[in-house]
Amino acid sequence: MTSIVRAHPALRRRRVVATAVVAAVLAVSTLGTLALGDLGVSPGDALAALVGAGDPGTVLVVQQWRLPRAILGILVGALLALAGALFQTVTRNPLGSPDILGFSVGAFTGVLAVTLVGATSVLALTGGAIGGGLLAAAMVFLFSARSGFGGFAVVVTGVGVSAMLAAVNVVLVVRLDDVRARAAAVWATGSLNGVTAVWIVPAALTLGIAAVTISALAPALNALEFGDERAGALGVRPTATRWWAMLIGVALIAVATAVTGPIGFVALAAPQIARRMWRTGTVPFAASALVGAALLCASDLLAARLFAPVMLPTGLVTVCLGGAYLAWLLTRRERTTR
Amino acid sequence: MTARTKRLTRTAIVVAVALGGIVLALAELCIGEPMLAPLQVLEMLRHPDGSQAAVILHTLRVPRLLLAIAVGAALAVAGVIMQALTRNPLAEPGILGVNAGASFAVTLSFVVLGIRGFGATLVIAAIGAAVAGVLVALLGGVGRSASVSRLILAGVALTAVLSGLTQALSLIDPAQYARIRVWEAGSLAARDTTTALIVAGVVVTGLVLALAIGPGLNLLVLGDDAARALGARVEIVRAIGLVTIVLLCGTATAAIGPVAFVGLLVPHAVRAFTGGDQVRTLVASIAAGPVLLLVADLIARTVAAPGEVPLGVVTAFLGAPVLIVLVNRRRRRS
Repeated sequence: MTSIVRAHPALRRRRVVATAVVAAVLAVSTLGTLALGDLGVSPGDALAALVGAGDPGTVLVVQQWRLPRAILGILVGALLALAGALFQTVTRNPLGSPDILGFSVGAFTGVLAVTLVGATSVLALTGGAIGGGLLAAAMVFLFSARSGFGGFAVVVTGVGVSAMLAAVNVVLVVRLDDVRARAAAVWATGSLNGVTAVWIVPAALTLGIAAVTISALAPALNALEFGDERAGALGVRPTATRWWAMLIGVALIAVATAVTGPIGFVALAAPQIARRMWRTGTVPFAASALVGAALLCASDLLAARLFAPVMLPTGLVTVCLGGAYLAWLLTRRERTTR
Repeated sequence: MTARTKRLTRTAIVVAVALGGIVLALAELCIGEPMLAPLQVLEMLRHPDGSQAAVILHTLRVPRLLLAIAVGAALAVAGVIMQALTRNPLAEPGILGVNAGASFAVTLSFVVLGIRGFGATLVIAAIGAAVAGVLVALLGGVGRSASVSRLILAGVALTAVLSGLTQALSLIDPAQYARIRVWEAGSLAARDTTTALIVAGVVVTGLVLALAIGPGLNLLVLGDDAARALGARVEIVRAIGLVTIVLLCGTATAAIGPVAFVGLLVPHAVRAFTGGDQVRTLVASIAAGPVLLLVADLIARTVAAPGEVPLGVVTAFLGAPVLIVLVNRRRRRS
């Protein structure tokens, strides 16, 4: 957070502790991803295998199979969390996350439509995901435009649009043959099972570009918290700022969706958890990214190991965690307004 | 409009709904493989001649029709009661996660306890519906919070968690997966006559309870204090209402899987003619619920023929736009 006011020392200590805790969770779950599996490796051996030392078989498993999964877990978690932070800042609504707004379901609709036409390339699938997601988000905004985006109405509208698109998805899946239908269904839950190292470079590039643009945009976004007129007086163009933020958010969520399929609730929960842990008024972007990475890696470890040898899709675990968190958020909301 | 023309229109609507219901019921019996003529169906219903078509009619299509009528009435009436009890026009068993609770409980019993009989499934579904209903009422702040959308969000959160858990359970045990899949999609198919009769019996009990508390619901929507002042026994009405919801939703979900939006669509459509009176709305919903479910089932069976689209998908497609319109219209007015 860039601020001209230096935070109180106690608050700064709190933030250092928060960073340390989240980083530790991230480190432990990453190490767990590297070490645990059908071939159990001690944490020390796993670290040694990272630099190429030790048994060649272990090195192969750790470096070729588990490392890409761990790296992509971190990258996708950060991407999702940043997208959520942007959406929540623009809508000024802690529930204004891409998955509530129907983006994930829409992305799946896009993928199914593209598959149905016969395209199988990664580029086509990604394009379908982005197009479908955008379409869903546009529908939600269009339907709820009159009631403004701040309230619950936009969220319930998102629920409605999601339900409809989910129905469309089922009809589309019925039209696919078994093999393609199964692949699509696996993709729909969102999972790090079977991610490939090919995606590491695009995901990392996206995250880098996003980090630069968001840090350039953050002061203007924070100024919008004072209301459009005062922000205007500070030299911020509100509409342009919002459009840029949404555009970046959509790009981030699209890349994340392309890598793993729609993983739910990370974008919703991570920014709000970060805001509470760091005690900031607005959504903190860097902290959100860190929390998102830790959340996704920990969820993925749970998903892979909880019912081993059955590997659950990562999205199932995040939905359960995120849903419980959403429920808790609702009870909190009432207490604070009283 | 004079009182007389009003009465005439009302009679006309009742006649139209009744005729439509009969036509739909006949269509439900005729359409499929093999396709039967209406007269042929009527003939076979009276004198089963032992032919393959007659067997299909008696063992598959008649139970299916019975189930559709029972479940349609159950879900629609559950919606009316929920909306009255929570004073929330968007309350609905599917949206509020009550159906998700029932289906989670049933999946749990399949996978962990290995339960197979329909009677036991019915009880377990009812327990799941009850637990989910209480949870969502607590989270959504029923009676404490005036927010319409908070309850919906609590339902959405609960549904997300429960369906995630249900999915996880069904993935853990591949042997049960196929069985759960069929049931989870929401379908009227694959039920025998005994099951249909059990379901119909429980649903009729629930409907009688619902009609009994109808006058009480009329007072309850005015608010607890006003209702008490007018002589309503608020706690008793609420308790019976909750039991009725659990009975109806649990049975419906156990029979055909989670089906959403029927409890939203039917009461709102019906109220355009019955106005705010709960008893009239209940009676009209008992008639209109089966009609909607039959329409949805006919769409489900024909749109992807020879395959079948899950019933829940059709109701979601019909019902979700209504939810969107309702939430945004309310907002604009206030």
